[in-house]
Amino acid sequence: MKILLVDDEEELVSALAERLSFRDIDADYATGGAEALDKVREKDYDLAVLDVKMPKIGGIKLKKEIKKIQPGMRFIFLTGHGSEEDFKAGSKESAAYLVKPVKIEDLISKMREALES
Amino acid sequence: MFDSGKLRVLLAKFRPRFWDQKAEDGPYKSLFNYQGAWRLSVGLLTAVALGPLLIMTAIDFNVTKRSVSSENRLTMGRLTSNTRRSVAYFLDERRAALDFILREESFETLTSPPRLEAALKNLKSGFGGFVDLGVIDASGRQIAYVGPFNLIDRDYANQDWFKNTLAQGHYISDVFLGFRDIPHMIIAIKQDLPDGSFYVLRATLDTKPINDLLSTMDLSGIGDAFIVNKQGVLQTYSRYHGGMLDKTGLPVPGYSERTEVIETLDGAGQGIIIGYAYIQGSPLVLMVVKPSVELMKPWYNMRLELAWFLGASVLVILLVILGVATYMVNKIFVADQTRVMTLHQVEHTNKMASIGRLAAGVAHEINNPLAIINEKSGLMRDILVYKGHCEESERLVGLIDSVLNSVERCGAITKRLLSFARHIEVSIQPVNIQEIIEEVLSFLTKEAEYRSIRVEVDMPGPVPVFESDRGKLQQIFLNLVNNAFQAMKDGGRLLIRIVMDGEDRVQVSVSDDGCGIPAADLKRIFDPFFSTKTKKGGTGLGLSITYGLVQELGGTLRVDSEMGKGATFAVSFPVKQEKRNTRS
Repeated sequence: MKILLVDDEEELVSALAERLSFRDIDADYATGGAEALDKVREKDYDLAVLDVKMPKIGGIKLKKEIKKIQPGMRFIFLTGHGSEEDFKAGSKESAAYLVKPVKIEDLISKMREALES
Repeated sequence: MFDSGKLRVLLAKFRPRFWDQKAEDGPYKSLFNYQGAWRLSVGLLTAVALGPLLIMTAIDFNVTKRSVSSENRLTMGRLTSNTRRSVAYFLDERRAALDFILREESFETLTSPPRLEAALKNLKSGFGGFVDLGVIDASGRQIAYVGPFNLIDRDYANQDWFKNTLAQGHYISDVFLGFRDIPHMIIAIKQDLPDGSFYVLRATLDTKPINDLLSTMDLSGIGDAFIVNKQGVLQTYSRYHGGMLDKTGLPVPGYSERTEVIETLDGAGQGIIIGYAYIQGSPLVLMVVKPSVELMKPWYNMRLELAWFLGASVLVILLVILGVATYMVNKIFVADQTRVMTLHQVEHTNKMASIGRLAAGVAHEINNPLAIINEKSGLMRDILVYKGHCEESERLVGLIDSVLNSVERCGAITKRLLSFARHIEVSIQPVNIQEIIEEVLSFLTKEAEYRSIRVEVDMPGPVPVFESDRGKLQQIFLNLVNNAFQAMKDGGRLLIRIVMDGEDRVQVSVSDDGCGIPAADLKRIFDPFFSTKTKKGGTGLGLSITYGLVQELGGTLRVDSEMGKGATFAVSFPVKQEKRNTRS
């Protein structure tokens, strides 16, 4: 399972990537949309965890960009803004959505669900 | 039998909605004094409408009364005048007849009984009203007489009529008894003789023609017409004022050439109108008397009509004024109510929007650093667990777990805040009432803990999920629980009971054991701006807003309280709610 984590808070994504690696999950991270797109162009990923609100390019737009490069990728949104219901009603997104702070076990189970669907 | 209870019930049916609004119900007393406004408008309108009407009626009343009265006097005067003319004509005619005889006959022929007899016969047949005829010589002795009495040689020298005749040349007497002891009147004319002496021709008149004349007068009803002499002694018959030669109780007014009308009181104290006229050349006064009541009858009828008209007008005006004033003040009342309701909406919306923004802002800002703490601590734990280098690993893992637990608690709080903010805008959705109560209580757990207030939620049976406005329900219970907390002392007990009220209503009662609400305040606690905490910053809108929200959700809110024992606010909602037009 190859995962790409994208969040403008490097402190967060770096720690999260390392924690996932402890659980044998291959996780890279990027701190912005441009960096994330570079990574996607270089390497194949199964799933991306995207922060919804980021400077320059937000999670939802980034998802569309990534889809152009790797159409088969799955996504999970992660944010401190609003609840899952609001997000789904507002963005018409079907992807899973988690509100920060999140338990790592919850994140991993959501990832598995997303990959299995 | 007058039943005041029924009347009160009837009045209560017509009592407008604003009537029971007390002036002291709020700080803006004058603004809310609808009864005062109603009284003022009714008073002013009544004064403006009825004042001129009453003044006009009073003026018309007096003018009409005066005009009827003067019309009566005029009619009375005319009637008296006409009668006077008839009586005067009767007397003048007879005097002229005697004059004619004196000119036609000589002293010698007149003193011859057959001639005198013939003259009387002519007078009787020609004019009527003559009883006898006599000739009196200068010494006052009756030297010739024809008539039904034996009056020959009677001496009249000392009689008033004889003296008056000598003085005036002719004389008409009033009615008197005389030697014959029968009421009669006389006409006497003095005639000079060529030798310087004189004699008097005297005729007695029957008063019957005068009585007949007076009795045929049209006096309509209880009028009376009669003749008196200057001493007020009746010379003719009278219907109501005594018999022939009796003295009437009526005053005899002073001499006047013209017919006069006076108003006075009769012996019984009744108002009467007297028309009187002196009959010239005689001591007689004609009087026509009518009771004022009789004469004013047309006026009384008119007055009754006027009173009816006035009464009906006043009634109609009052009804219109009452109707219009009540309608207008009610309109203002309804407008004010709407304004207060809008004010509530605005305050509620503003308050909720502010809380929402604040909650969302706090949650957003805190969630990111919280996530970093979460991940960093998680990483520390992972390092210790997966690599396990340290001697104190176990203790450190425990410490980190404690940090992670706190992060999780913080996360729960921010999620709840976000959820609260989110529900403010949402309207009808399926709600679980117990969940809402628990959510509201979670905001107040800390305060309850600090103040050692025991909060119990009791739900004896199942309550279905029903359609309602989650945000409004939260606000309602937040207000009620907050209100209860403010009334309670530290260490109190708050009981929230959720029960089904029949099959289609759920009732939630919030009972505290606080200070209670005075009976006088119970009726008013839901009124806008009613507050016992104005000095402590209360707006007096809290319970009023709560009441408004409960109503918007189709529910009812009532309160029971006993001073010193606490209060229970019971909210009842329909479980199957019809679609309502709710604004958040």
